[in-house]
Amino acid sequence: MQEKDFCKGVGDTIPLIVGMIPFGLAYGILGKSIGLTSGETIAMSILVFAGSAQFICLPMLMEGAGLAMVSFTTLLINLRHLLMGASLAPYMSGLSMPFKALLSFGMADETYAVTIQRAQAGCYTGAYQLGSNAICYLLWVMSTIGGVILGDYISDPLSWGLDFAMPATFLALLIPRLRDKASVIVCLVATVVSVGSAILIPGKWYIIIACLVAAMAGGLMGGKQDAI
Amino acid sequence: MRFEILMNILAMAVVTFVTRFASIGLLGDVPAGLGRFLKHVPIAILTALIAPALFAPNGYIALTFSNHYLLAGIVTALVAYNRQPPIVTMGAGMTMILVLRMM
Repeated sequence: MQEKDFCKGVGDTIPLIVGMIPFGLAYGILGKSIGLTSGETIAMSILVFAGSAQFICLPMLMEGAGLAMVSFTTLLINLRHLLMGASLAPYMSGLSMPFKALLSFGMADETYAVTIQRAQAGCYTGAYQLGSNAICYLLWVMSTIGGVILGDYISDPLSWGLDFAMPATFLALLIPRLRDKASVIVCLVATVVSVGSAILIPGKWYIIIACLVAAMAGGLMGGKQDAI
Repeated sequence: MRFEILMNILAMAVVTFVTRFASIGLLGDVPAGLGRFLKHVPIAILTALIAPALFAPNGYIALTFSNHYLLAGIVTALVAYNRQPPIVTMGAGMTMILVLRMM
């Protein structure tokens, strides 16, 4: 049963590699071209496992921005994890603390989206989440290594349109969920607030601001339209 | 591996793990009011992660045909809306952006 759930988690996450591999490759290429060693570039993927934070902190490392600045930027970009974790926490309450810690380490945007979908459908298991995390982590590290190795031979894959891979991945996960009025309203509010604050406020604050406002709007609408 | 770079990487790793573990490790059962709010977090997060990249890829709102991200996004959304599997949806989107780039 556990193995079956693990494999299901792997299987449901595999289609998302289309979106992940170009970013892992691009990250590996960028790390080398910006002046990190291969070992440093790969170590960051192994230890941090957070694509957007890694991309944004790379140039800061080479400019010598300092530990405090790098840590604060990482914190800001990853604040969304607090909300993602909070929405998964009720489903994980029966797991042991070490297992919770292990599963937390692997909670990226992609694995979260796959796991919460499963959880909200009433079929959450730790093994499923572990499967999703494991394949995502493996592919992230492998594609980073690929980027580091290929960096001298290929140009940045994001420049040939693969930067659309991430929006395409998240649209594939998002659109099928918009099946009731409350969800559509949450999506519209998040769109307006994120675009507005991305333009007006420097940095990555727009993610957390839009998420808070839109989820609150959804929560305030009450229960009756929420039935899916 | 340079010591200073490694320290920075370790700091990033610790901060990232703390943000991931804080809610999961500390929250147990969530009160109903908070639960109603948290239920909408997945859609809110997914939207907030991509909307600026589609509607304002260069830092200003661009609702024009020259905004390839928006056009490819619309095509991707339509395919996804027709309940295609994620791999088909992403394939359609990637094809669209490559075609637009070549035109």
